[in-house]
Amino acid sequence: MNRRRFVGYVLAAPVLVTAADLHHGEPAAADLTELLDLNDIMTAAALPTSGLISVEINPDGTASFALPRAEVGQGITTSTAMLIAEELSLPLHRVRVTLADARPELLFNQLTGASNTTIATYTPIRVAAAVARHRLLEAAAALFGAPVTGLRLEDGVITDRAGRRVGIGELAATAASPKTLSVPVELAPRESFTVIGKPHSRIDARDAVTGRKKFAMDLDVAGAKPAMLCRPPTINGKVGAVANLGEVLAMPGVTDVVTVSTGVAVRAETFGQCIDAVRALRVSWRRGTVDGKSDATVLAELAAAELPLGPRPPTPVVEGRFTFHFRSNSALEPNCAIADVRGGRAEIWSGLKSPIVAKQAIAARLGLPLGNVTVHVTEGGGSFGRKLFFDAALEAAEVSQKIGKPVKLMWHRADDARQGRTHPMATSRVRVAYAGDVVLGYEQRHTSVTTDLGHGLGELFTAMAAKLPIGDAAFAQTFFQFSHTSPYRFGVHSRLLSETGKGFNTGSMRNVYSPDTTCARELIVDRLADRMGKDPYRFRLDFLRDERARAVLRQAAEAGGWGRALPAGVAQGIAFHSEYKGVSAALMEIDCRPETVNRPIRDGVGGPRVTRAVFAVDVGLVVNPRGLEAQMMGCVMDGIALALTSSLHLRDGYFLEASWDNYFYTRQWNTPPDLRIIIMPSSSERPGGAGELGVAAAMAAVACAYGRATGTMPTTFPINHGTLSFTPKPTIPPIPASPTDGGTRA
Amino acid sequence: MPEHTFRVNGKQVTVDVADDVRLLWVLRDILGITGPKYGCGINVCKACTSHLNGRAVSPCSIPVSDLEPADEVVTIEGLAATAGAELHPMQQAWLDHDVVQCGYCQPGQIMAAVALVHRVAAEGREITEADLDGLRNICRCGTYARIRAAIKAAAKNM
Repeated sequence: MNRRRFVGYVLAAPVLVTAADLHHGEPAAADLTELLDLNDIMTAAALPTSGLISVEINPDGTASFALPRAEVGQGITTSTAMLIAEELSLPLHRVRVTLADARPELLFNQLTGASNTTIATYTPIRVAAAVARHRLLEAAAALFGAPVTGLRLEDGVITDRAGRRVGIGELAATAASPKTLSVPVELAPRESFTVIGKPHSRIDARDAVTGRKKFAMDLDVAGAKPAMLCRPPTINGKVGAVANLGEVLAMPGVTDVVTVSTGVAVRAETFGQCIDAVRALRVSWRRGTVDGKSDATVLAELAAAELPLGPRPPTPVVEGRFTFHFRSNSALEPNCAIADVRGGRAEIWSGLKSPIVAKQAIAARLGLPLGNVTVHVTEGGGSFGRKLFFDAALEAAEVSQKIGKPVKLMWHRADDARQGRTHPMATSRVRVAYAGDVVLGYEQRHTSVTTDLGHGLGELFTAMAAKLPIGDAAFAQTFFQFSHTSPYRFGVHSRLLSETGKGFNTGSMRNVYSPDTTCARELIVDRLADRMGKDPYRFRLDFLRDERARAVLRQAAEAGGWGRALPAGVAQGIAFHSEYKGVSAALMEIDCRPETVNRPIRDGVGGPRVTRAVFAVDVGLVVNPRGLEAQMMGCVMDGIALALTSSLHLRDGYFLEASWDNYFYTRQWNTPPDLRIIIMPSSSERPGGAGELGVAAAMAAVACAYGRATGTMPTTFPINHGTLSFTPKPTIPPIPASPTDGGTRA
Repeated sequence: MPEHTFRVNGKQVTVDVADDVRLLWVLRDILGITGPKYGCGINVCKACTSHLNGRAVSPCSIPVSDLEPADEVVTIEGLAATAGAELHPMQQAWLDHDVVQCGYCQPGQIMAAVALVHRVAAEGREITEADLDGLRNICRCGTYARIRAAIKAAAKNM
C-alpha cells in the first residue's frame, strides 16, 4: 500500500482549517498487539484524537498551529514548523507555532514525554498541512478557471501556467468550508523534501537572545504579584503553627501571609521581599514523609527489595552490583506558575508537559468544574522530566484561591533542590553467563525507589492496558519493560524492575531508567570482553544484533580514534544504547591524572575531565539535524554529570544540596574540549525520538572510560558521591539570604 | 519609601522601594525588564548576569541602594544599543551557532560572554580555553560547546 496516502478534513470554519483523520489509512494503528515499545504505545494512544489538531491558514499568508505539546528547549516548535512548511511550500518564518492550552478532549494526545512528540505527530501534522495545500490549490484553480494540475505552490504563492499569481492568504477564506469535509491527500515524497532533513535554526532564537522570549515568570498578568513559600526542613513536612504571622505581614512590601498544604505562602511587591518574609517566618513543623532516612537507610531498603537472580549457572559468570544515588532534575527555570483564582473561575499559566492532568487536578483541588479552569501552557525553561508534574501550578492555584488574589508563584532554588522532584536512588545488579566465546544469558535486577508516574502516563497505560501483550502489569513495570531492549546477542534475557519506598518526590528524569541500567550493562560488557580476551569495541561489534547498531558503533570508534595511544591515567570508553526507535554510540576519553583531577575550582568540582566526546546517532528520518545535534550535545553533558559529579545526598530526611554551588551539574570546566556529534544518514521513512536518547550511552561511556583509566570497575555513581564537596546550607530558614556581593564577586 | 535613581539601558530611572531590595527584583518586578532571569538568587548560577558600568555583575546580589545616579545598568534588552546595531555581534554569533535550547540562561550567558571578550581585549590577548572554562554561567540544557564556539566567533567581530 502507499504509505503516503491519507485522509484529512477541512473543518467548518471561516478561514481554511484542516486536520488529519488517522482512523483511516495509518498502518501504525492497525494492530495494537504488535506494539513493540513505549513509543508505539504512546503514538497509538494519541492517534484517535489526531483529527482534533488543526492547521489554520490566515489572511496574512501565514499558517498557524497550536501544538498540543510543551516546548521546553527540545526544539519541537521549530521541527513542527518545518513539517508544516514542507507540506505547504511556505517559508519557515511564515509558520506560527504556539503551545495549545490544556484540551481535555485530546485525552492522551497532549502529553510531552518519552521523546514521543515527533514520532507521534510527524504524520498527523503533515496530513493536516497537506489537506490545506490541496484545498488552497483547488481554490486557486477555481479562481483562475484553470486545472489544479497546472498550478504551482511555492513560497506561499500559487501560480498558473499563464503566470497568474495568488497568495495563500488571499485564499484563506475562499478555501474554507462551512461544513466539515473529508479529503484524501498524498504526502510529499521524501525525495522532494526541501525543508525536512535540512539544518534549521530555532524559530525562537532571536527572541531568546534579545531577552524577548517570555517564560511563565516574565508574563504580565494583571495583579499577579510575586509569591513564595516557607517550606519545611524535611521532605514534605507539614506546617504546625506560625508564631509571627502578623509581624511578617507588616514587613515592607508584604501583602499576604497564609498557610497552605505545602507550607506558609507569602505574597509581596517583589520576590526579594518574599525571600525576606519567608526567612523571617517562625514556623513549627510537623514530620515529613521520609524523616530520619539517609542514603544508607535507603540503600538498605533497596537491598531488601531486590528481586533474586535465577539459579547460578554452572558456567562462568560476570556479575556486578551498581548504585545510583538520588539526582535532581531541576531545570534552570525553577518550579513556577501564575494563578488567578477568583469568582469561581481559575486561570493558570505554567510550563506543563501534562496540562490535561494538571487541569483536572487543579479543578479537583479548587472544587471547581473542569470547564471553569483554563490552563495556558507557557514556554518552559528546561524540563528534563520536571515539567511532567505541575507542583507549582497546583500550589499557585491553592494560594490564589485562599487569598482571593492573583499570584506569580516561584520556588526558590533551595526549594527546588530540596523539595523538588528527583530521579530516585536505584541499584542495578547484572549477571552474565558465558562459555568460551558464547554468551548464554543476561540477567538484570533493577531496584529503585518508586518513580512517580502520576502525570498522565499511568492513565495512558491503563487505557491501553487491555490491548497490550503485557496485560495489566503495574505502570512502572510496563514502562520499564517497554523502554528496554536487548541490543546484544546475549542468549536468554531477563530484566526485572522492583520498586520500593514511597514518600520521596520523584519523577521521570531525562531518559528515565536507561542511563542507570545501560551504565551497569556496559560496565559488565567491558568486564566480559576482558574475560574473553577481547577489545571492548571489537566485542560489542561482534555481539550487537543489527547492522544499524554496528554502524553507529563503528562510526564513533573510527571518528574518535578508538585505541589510540594515550598517557597513563587517560583512557577511552565506548558504549551503545538503543531506544525511541534510534541507536546511539558514544566514545569518551577521560583524563584521570592527579593534576587534572585536583585542578582548583571555586564553588564547584573539577575531578576527572572528559577531554574527547564523540557521539554517533541514528534516529531514522531526521527532521532537523541542527536541532538533533543540539539535543545530543545536551545529552552528553547530562551523561558526564550523571557519571562523575551530580547527585543529591540524603541525610535525616532532607537533601543537603540547596543550590547550583552544591549540586554539580556539568559546567564549562567539565565540558569536553573536543565534542563531535555524528548524525548517520538514514533511509528510514520515519523519525525516532531525540530529546533523551543520548544520555544513556554518554553516561555509560564515561563510566567505562573511567574504569579503564583507573584500572577499576566503578560501582557507585556519580563517582564523587562519597566526597561531600560543599558546606550544607541551613534548613531553617529554608532559603538562603540574598547576598550583597553581586557587584564584586565574579 | 526611599527613592533610588540610576540608569538602565540608556534611560534614567527612579524607583521607590526599600534599600535592601536586590537589583534583579527592581528590574523584573518593578521596571518590568524580564531579560535577566532568576536561577539561584545567591550569585552562583549567573542567569541574571547584566552589566554595571561595563562589568558583568549579578543583579540578584546587589542591593538597589548600592546604585548611584550615574551608574549605568545594561541588561540583555539594552545590549544591542551598546553596539549601535539591531543585534550585538555576540547575539548575532549566538544566532549563527544556534546556541539556544530552552533559552532561559542565555541572556546571562551572552552578557557574561561580552564582558569576557572586553576583559580579555583590555588585557591585550586572545581568548583561551582556560578563559572559557572559567565562565560560571550554568546551562542546564548543556549548550556549552556552542557557547564556546559563538564566543570565539564573536570576539573576531567586536
